Amino acid sequence: MAITVPRPNLNWRERMFLPAIAAGLLITLKHFKNMILRRTKVTMEYPEEKWDPNLPEHYRGAPALVRDTDGRVRCVACQLCEFICPPRAIKIIPGEISKTDRFAKVEKYPEEFDIDMVRCIFCGMCEEVCPEQAIYLRKDYAITGFTREDMMHHKDKLLEIGGVMHGVVLKWNEKK
Amino acid sequence: MDYFFIGTSLIKIVCLLGFVLGLMNYAVYAERRVSALIQDRLGPNRVGPAGLLQPIADAGKFLLKEQFTPAHVNKLYYWLAPCLAMVPPVITIAVVPFGSTLFGVPMVIADINVGILFVFAIASLGVYGIVLGGWASNSKYPFLGGVRSSSQMISYELSLGLAVIPIFLLVGNLRLTSVVQYQIDHGWLIAPFIGDWTNLGKWLLAIPMFISFLVFIIAVLAETNRLPFDLPEAEQELAGGYHTEYASMKFGLFFLGEYIAMITGSGIIVTLFFGGWHLPGIPDGSHGWIFGLINIAVFFAKVAALIFLFMWVRWTLPRFRWDQLMRLGWLFFFEIALVNIFVVAIILIYFHL
Amino acid sequence: MSVFLFWIFALMMLVFGVAVVINRNPVASALSLVVSFLALAALFMSLDAYFIGIIQVLVYAGAIMVLFLFIIMLLDLRAEELRKINWVASAGGLAVALALMVQIFAVIGRFSLAKQTFPSLAKSTSDDVHRIGLLLFDNYNLPFQIIGVVILVATIGAVMLSRRETR
Repeated sequence: MAITVPRPNLNWRERMFLPAIAAGLLITLKHFKNMILRRTKVTMEYPEEKWDPNLPEHYRGAPALVRDTDGRVRCVACQLCEFICPPRAIKIIPGEISKTDRFAKVEKYPEEFDIDMVRCIFCGMCEEVCPEQAIYLRKDYAITGFTREDMMHHKDKLLEIGGVMHGVVLKWNEKK
Repeated sequence: MDYFFIGTSLIKIVCLLGFVLGLMNYAVYAERRVSALIQDRLGPNRVGPAGLLQPIADAGKFLLKEQFTPAHVNKLYYWLAPCLAMVPPVITIAVVPFGSTLFGVPMVIADINVGILFVFAIASLGVYGIVLGGWASNSKYPFLGGVRSSSQMISYELSLGLAVIPIFLLVGNLRLTSVVQYQIDHGWLIAPFIGDWTNLGKWLLAIPMFISFLVFIIAVLAETNRLPFDLPEAEQELAGGYHTEYASMKFGLFFLGEYIAMITGSGIIVTLFFGGWHLPGIPDGSHGWIFGLINIAVFFAKVAALIFLFMWVRWTLPRFRWDQLMRLGWLFFFEIALVNIFVVAIILIYFHL
Repeated sequence: MSVFLFWIFALMMLVFGVAVVINRNPVASALSLVVSFLALAALFMSLDAYFIGIIQVLVYAGAIMVLFLFIIMLLDLRAEELRKINWVASAGGLAVALALMVQIFAVIGRFSLAKQTFPSLAKSTSDDVHRIGLLLFDNYNLPFQIIGVVILVATIGAVMLSRRETR
């Protein structure tokens, strides 16, 4: 059922509309003046000013691989992230760790670990699924490149973004 | 053949046209900056210092885009319409006195004795561009835009014409340079009491003159399709109106034509109500070329102030509904302008002004 | 120079006047008429009759033709373009027009006033706007008022006819 909204009855001064128009003009002029005098500050001029320090802890930026405190790449090439990745941006080629290595019992390491940043949707599923807590979404968001190849993050690039992760999982340490 | 006249006229035409076209580009830039500032944004500020090279970038973009002609349009008129929309406002500038004299040459291209009628006549031709653009696009929204534009222009031309009659009752001449001369001698027409404080008639005259000014400026807004009256292009209703089917420089001509019309309209308003190039205390160009230049600068400063007013109004007021527009034009402004003429005539006779 | 301009504008007026008749597309006809009016206005101006010329543009090209175009655009133009030309009627019309032209030439040729050249308006002291105003409001005041009343009656009649019945 249609609701009939009663039109307000205006007196003659309201019906002139000129005071209302003048009031509106004054409001916009106030905004204009405040902008000119730089009293209002809304826009952040991006490349010069960044909001990076204020990014929240849960910010999901570019995914990155991390090393642990021993300098070992945490990833054990289980390929769970590769399977879970909705846009199939991750490609892992696993390699075997030699028997003589200190971490021989880890058995696998990623020989190649590529994330196609053209495809990545920053969903964070790889981070969530990783049993080793080896892949994290960092706060880098300005990922650019002139070619598709530029947008492909290889292992070294991922490690460079990721850096070293302290604490948390230490299950491959000698002591255990 | 008067070669001096022809030569100076050519120089004036080239300089004024170049200047006004530049002003037009910067009016677009100003529109974007002013609208942004009113809405607490910043606007284009990247290209060049403070974004001042933005118009050049815009023009380059317009020119480099593909000259696309849809298959269903009426080709000849489709190509003709943008030119017709651009040309009339440019021609109109010819009769506006934009300065006093410079080296003894009067700073008006054509000082004809029917000045203001010439302005109205040429401005009324401007509607052809829009109507043709709407019709030749052969598509319903542009067509509606064209139909709206033609009825709107005709309706508001009446108020436009009637609003200036009080001025010519006062001045007794249709020549725009005489209007400016009258204002130099008797005070600006927006405030006719200036310089004659004791005369009650002048004070009374200020009221109908202000009404005249209001009606005129609103009619100019309607004629130039500026925002409270931009129904021909109403994006939300008509998907862009008459220029929906246009792209690249053809759209650019429509778009810039609106700004040229705005500059011309401001020039006319300045000439009629704000004393043209006159500023109290500054002599005219016969006292030295520097004063001639200052007069021109004063004129364009006034024009710029009015353009700012237009933009300010545009970014403040919402669009009228179609029937409101028509009712306002025919039942309010038409009557008030008509009554205004009688009031001015009575004041003129009673006080022997 | 002005003779040269006269020929340009006269030719323009005639060519577009013919185009009004022979164009199949009504919009093209209307626009040709506008160009014809503009050329006519230019001819008036070359006679220093600025007021008449400008009024020609303002009233005919600027107002009346816009209304015409407004109506024409609402028509079904394709039906108009498909209509067959009636050659007999066209030839008859052409003959009548030629006969009229011959007649006009014959009359003008005998008219003695047409042979003298009139003094140029530019030499007069007052401008044509003043002269027309004085003429209209002094010499022809009564006819002017009567025409005004007639137009008012016509306007009111049109409003009455187009008004919707309201209960």
